[in-house]
Amino acid sequence: MRSLRRAVPAALLLLACAASLPAQDSTRGVRIGLRYDPGTKPGVIVLPIAGTGGDSIRAIIERDFDFSDRIAVIAMTASDAALLEGRAPSGAPIPVNYDLFSRLGAAAVIKATPTPSGLHVAMHDVSRKQITAVEDYAVPGAPLSRDWRHSVHGIADAVEEWITGQRGAAQTRIAFIRGNVIHLIDSDGAFETALSVVGPAMSPSWHPNGIMLAYNTFGPESRIVIHDFRTGRNRTFGAQRNTTNVTPVFAPDGRSLTYSLATENGADLYVLSLEGEAFPRRVTVGRGSINQQPSYSPDGNRIAFMSDRSGHPEVYIMDSDGTNADIFTAFDFGDQNYRASPDWSPDGRQVTFQTRIDGRFQIFTMTLRDRQPRQLTSEGENEDPSWAPDGRHLVFVSSRSGTRQLWVLDAESGRLRQLTRLGGARLPAWSPRLLSK
Amino acid sequence: MRVTSRLTTVALALVSVALLDACRRTPPPPVEPVEDTAAIRIAREDSIRREQQRLADEAAARQRAIQDSINRARAAAEDAQRASDMLRGTLVTGITFDFDRSDLRDDARATLDAKVPILMANSNVTIRIAGHADERGSSEYNLALGQRRAAAAKRYLVERGIAEGRIETTSFGEERPACTESNEGCWSQNRRDEFEMTSGGAMLRSGN
Repeated sequence: MRSLRRAVPAALLLLACAASLPAQDSTRGVRIGLRYDPGTKPGVIVLPIAGTGGDSIRAIIERDFDFSDRIAVIAMTASDAALLEGRAPSGAPIPVNYDLFSRLGAAAVIKATPTPSGLHVAMHDVSRKQITAVEDYAVPGAPLSRDWRHSVHGIADAVEEWITGQRGAAQTRIAFIRGNVIHLIDSDGAFETALSVVGPAMSPSWHPNGIMLAYNTFGPESRIVIHDFRTGRNRTFGAQRNTTNVTPVFAPDGRSLTYSLATENGADLYVLSLEGEAFPRRVTVGRGSINQQPSYSPDGNRIAFMSDRSGHPEVYIMDSDGTNADIFTAFDFGDQNYRASPDWSPDGRQVTFQTRIDGRFQIFTMTLRDRQPRQLTSEGENEDPSWAPDGRHLVFVSSRSGTRQLWVLDAESGRLRQLTRLGGARLPAWSPRLLSK
Repeated sequence: MRVTSRLTTVALALVSVALLDACRRTPPPPVEPVEDTAAIRIAREDSIRREQQRLADEAAARQRAIQDSINRARAAAEDAQRASDMLRGTLVTGITFDFDRSDLRDDARATLDAKVPILMANSNVTIRIAGHADERGSSEYNLALGQRRAAAAKRYLVERGIAEGRIETTSFGEERPACTESNEGCWSQNRRDEFEMTSGGAMLRSGN
C-alpha cells in the first residue's frame, strides 16, 4: 500500500491533464456500453501489455482511442500503471483497486494479456467494480507488420464499442491519389502503400464491403477500373473514343456502379449493374451540362451530385433512378457560386461539400432537414471531404501546411490532425470498416 | 632384230645434234633506228595521258551532275520539309480559354481558321485535341471541363468541313499543367487545347 500511495500523486498529475480535455461527446440517451456522464468522454486506462510488441499494441490502442475523439485516454507511465494494476511487492496478485481507478477518473480499465495466437482482452467497469467484457483476438503477422497493425486496430474498435456502444473506425484505410497513382494509408497515418494502376488514375472510391476499389483513368484511353483486393485483379470498362470517364462510386448495396461519362456534349451520370451483362443506364439529362461526383444516401435511395446545369457548379439531390432532381446548395454565401464534391454522411442526415469563398474552397456541411450551411474549415484551401464510417470524422485535402495534404477533422469538436506528410495528396476516400481476415 | 634397232637409235641421235647446230648459226633480225623509237614512245604516252584526262574529266562531270542533282533534290526536300514543318506548326498551335469557360475567343477562332486549309489539303492527317484546365476548381470537374474545351475546337473544325472521324478528343483536366506557378500568368497558359497529329503528318502539303 505504501508504494501505491506514492504512485498516486504522479498519476493524478496525468489525470489533471486528461480532465482538462474539452468535453465533446454530446450524445445522450441509453447506451449499450459503460454508463458515464453525458457530455463527457469516458476516461479509460489501458494497462501495460506483456510480451513481444506489447508496448506497441498498447500505444496503437491508446492512439486509436485518442483519435476516436469519444474516449479520454488516461495516460500514465508504465511504472505508474504497473503499480495500479494491483500486484504486491512480493509479486502476488491483489484485488483490482477500483476505488483508486475511480479517483483517477477512469470509467474503464482495459487489461490485455498475450495468448499463443494473439491477445486476451478484458474490460473492467470501474463503477460496477467488475469485468464486463472479455474476448480473445487473433493478431496474425509479425509485430508492426501491416496485417498485425490492422488486427490491433480491430481490437481498438471492438473495445471502443464495449466502452461507448459504437464500434470505432480505426480499422479503416484512406485511399487517395498522389501524382496520378492511387495510395492507401491506415487511419492512424501509418503504412502508406501505392496501388499498381492501369493508367493515370483519379477519384478512388470504396466498395461498401471494402473488398474492391473503383477509380478512373484519364487521357486518350480513359476507363473505369475496379480493383479487387482479394485477387489483385483489375476489371476495366468504358474505353470509348472522345470520352472521359470520371468519379465512379459503388451503390450502398455494392451491386451497381454510378459514374459520370464526359462526352463532347456534356457529362451525365450513368448506372452500371455489376451483375450480368447490363448496359449503362443514363440517369441525368444534362443537355450539355456537366453532372458528376455522385454520392449515395446510405439507404441507396438518393444521390447527391454536382451539376453546372444552372451555369455554375452546385450540389443537387435526386432519387437514384434520376427523377426529382433538385438543387441542394441553394444558399447565398461566398463570392462566387461554385459548390462541388458532395459526400453524404453515414447517418444520412447531412451532405458535406466544398464551396468557394474569397477565391478559395472551404468545407461546408448542411443537414437535409434544416438546410443551414455550417462552415467547417477556414484556414488555407480545403477540398474533397470524405466521411469516416463513424459518421463523426472527415478526411479532406488542405493546403494549410503549404502543400496539399490530407487532414482529419472531428466534425463535432473541431479537432484536427494531419494524416499525410508527403505533398500532393488529393481526392481522399475513407474506407468502410475493414474487418480482420 | 635387237641389234638393228639399237643402231637406228644411235643414228637418229646424231642427226638431231647436227640439226641443232645448224639453227644456232642463223643471223639476228635487223635493229630499228633509235631516233624513231623515242618519238613514237612519247607520242603514245601523250595519247595515253590525254585519254586518261578525258576519262577523268568525264567522270568528274558525271559526278558533279549526280551531286548537283542530289543537292537539288535535297534542297527541294528541305524546302518541302520546312514548308511541312511550318504547316505542322500551324496545325499544332494551341488555343487558350477564359476561366471556367469553353467558348472560343476570337484569337482562338483565328488559330483554328489557319488549320482548316491544311487539314483540307492533307486528307490522310488525323488529329487529337486534348483539353486542359488550370489548377483552380475541382480537379474532377476540370476533367469534364477539358473534354468540353476539346469538343468546342472540334465542333468549330467540323463546321468548317473537316470530317468528324479525323478528330479525336480527350481531356487531361488540370493534371498536366504547361506552367506550374499559382498565378494568372500561368493559369491563362494552362486553360488550353493542345493539338497533336495522330497519323499522316510526315509531309504536309500546303492548302494553297
